[in-house]
Amino acid sequence: MSANMVALAYLVASVFFILALKGLSSPESARRGNLFGMVGMAIAVATTLTLTQNWPLILGCIAVGGIIGALVAQRVQMTAMPELVAFMHSLVGLAAVFIAIAAVNNPVSFGLPEVLPAGSKLELFLGTFIGAMTWSGSVIAFLKLSGRMSGTPIVFTGQHMVNLLLAIAMVGFGLWFFFSETTNWTAFIAMTAIAFILGFLIIIPIGGADMPVVISMLNSYSGWAAAGIGFSLGNPMLIIAGSLVGSSGAILSYIMCKAMNRPFLSVILGGFGSDGGTAAADDGVQKTYRSGSAEDAAFLMGNADSVIIVPGYGLAVARAQHAVKELAEVLHKKGVNVRFAIHPVAGRMPGHMNVLLAEAEIPYEQVQEMEEINSDFSNTDVVLVLGANDVVNPAANVPGSPIYGMPILDAYKARTVLVVKRSMAVGYAGLDNDLFYMDKTMMIFGDAKKVVEHMVKAL
Amino acid sequence: MIGEIDPVIINLTVFVLAIFVGYHVVWNVTPALHTPLMSVTNAISGIILVGAMLAAGPTETDWGVWLGAAAVTLAAINVFGGFLVSQRMLEMFKKKDKKGNA
Repeated sequence: MSANMVALAYLVASVFFILALKGLSSPESARRGNLFGMVGMAIAVATTLTLTQNWPLILGCIAVGGIIGALVAQRVQMTAMPELVAFMHSLVGLAAVFIAIAAVNNPVSFGLPEVLPAGSKLELFLGTFIGAMTWSGSVIAFLKLSGRMSGTPIVFTGQHMVNLLLAIAMVGFGLWFFFSETTNWTAFIAMTAIAFILGFLIIIPIGGADMPVVISMLNSYSGWAAAGIGFSLGNPMLIIAGSLVGSSGAILSYIMCKAMNRPFLSVILGGFGSDGGTAAADDGVQKTYRSGSAEDAAFLMGNADSVIIVPGYGLAVARAQHAVKELAEVLHKKGVNVRFAIHPVAGRMPGHMNVLLAEAEIPYEQVQEMEEINSDFSNTDVVLVLGANDVVNPAANVPGSPIYGMPILDAYKARTVLVVKRSMAVGYAGLDNDLFYMDKTMMIFGDAKKVVEHMVKAL
Repeated sequence: MIGEIDPVIINLTVFVLAIFVGYHVVWNVTPALHTPLMSVTNAISGIILVGAMLAAGPTETDWGVWLGAAAVTLAAINVFGGFLVSQRMLEMFKKKDKKGNA
């Protein structure tokens, strides 16, 4: 294929990638969008194949990777989606590093001059360090999300100083690589190693509930890594696809930060509430709360006209989505208007709750976003809070509270509030939740799935 | 004629414009589909497969080629895993005919 034909085919593939994302604007067009993405990828791979000679090796590797990918995609539990996404980000990062190293080793196979020009060196440097940080950061995110590593932030004194020094050292080695006349492996490898370490250090201080931001940010990084490799290879398709992913991840991070009313920088620097006021929230007065059984709760919901269910991370942990669906169905049959209210940061990744509810075949018309449903809480009979905490904490409306200004679901405005929780323990922000102590609130303690199953039985 | 333009500038042009396209397209994605958005973009960032294939391309096999082969495998996991898991999720968002219209 001539170079022009290749470039045109790449252009077609790029258009397909844009259409793939465009398709996601509604659930009806989303499957077609995904299909467009696959077509684009097929065109890109087939075109690239004509530029290479080593077909058996390449096709063999694609087959191996493809089978692994297909098996993973088929077997993964919907509750484990955040881990899977983190895992896949790490693969992109590592692949970017491998490609950059191979390009430094043998520039000619990428159509680059034998002696790398300064521009290419800079691009390879960028691609490598973003890739390396994506890999190690995603590995930590994966370990935290899958519970193999504690979700509590790991903080030590001088942490930011260490990170800063490492970053400076990394740039220093990068410059050394940049200005060396021949291929300077020492500088390149040192730079890559530091980037790996930085990736680890940047993610370890970030706690569990900030994961939606982290995972979006790593999503963004993986895109920029691909774009960086695109620059090195002078390949516009890689640049376009990488930038699409990069901006997508950046927008998601922005939405998540806004939903927690936290500046992006403070999430990234880690450790919630390190500006004080975390533990001091308790004024020492023993507050009283009312607790009840699943049967009591079922009775209240069965006699209500309208029920709003607020799912949170606890629902995912207990894998209670199917039980919840049954509950919604039973209530629906009794003529109760059942809806679901989703806070943007509920769960561990953007859209986490929506996928779980969709898996349980809850019609998405019943599932509403915060802005759509918030004004309805005041005329709702019963709100059922399932494993959510900070996103319904009215303290967000109290000036001086650490979460002041965070948009919340106004569950406290409903006539009756039912809260299913394992204990009275505080949520991620380390704050007591006044919602639990209100006169109209009833606490139901236990595993979300078991409690909901009891409710269904009682109805 | 304004003389020859450095390819880096052309790439930069593409880069900046693509970010604008991405920005506008992604803001239109419905929040309910943010998880599939992440898995689809995940698959798309597997486009790095193209670079990996070039690294694994030369027939005279040295360690660079093996590194490229490893990258091909990793990127392929991403591409297939990403698109297929998105497909699986999006199937769940299908409209249920038995209810809803009732």
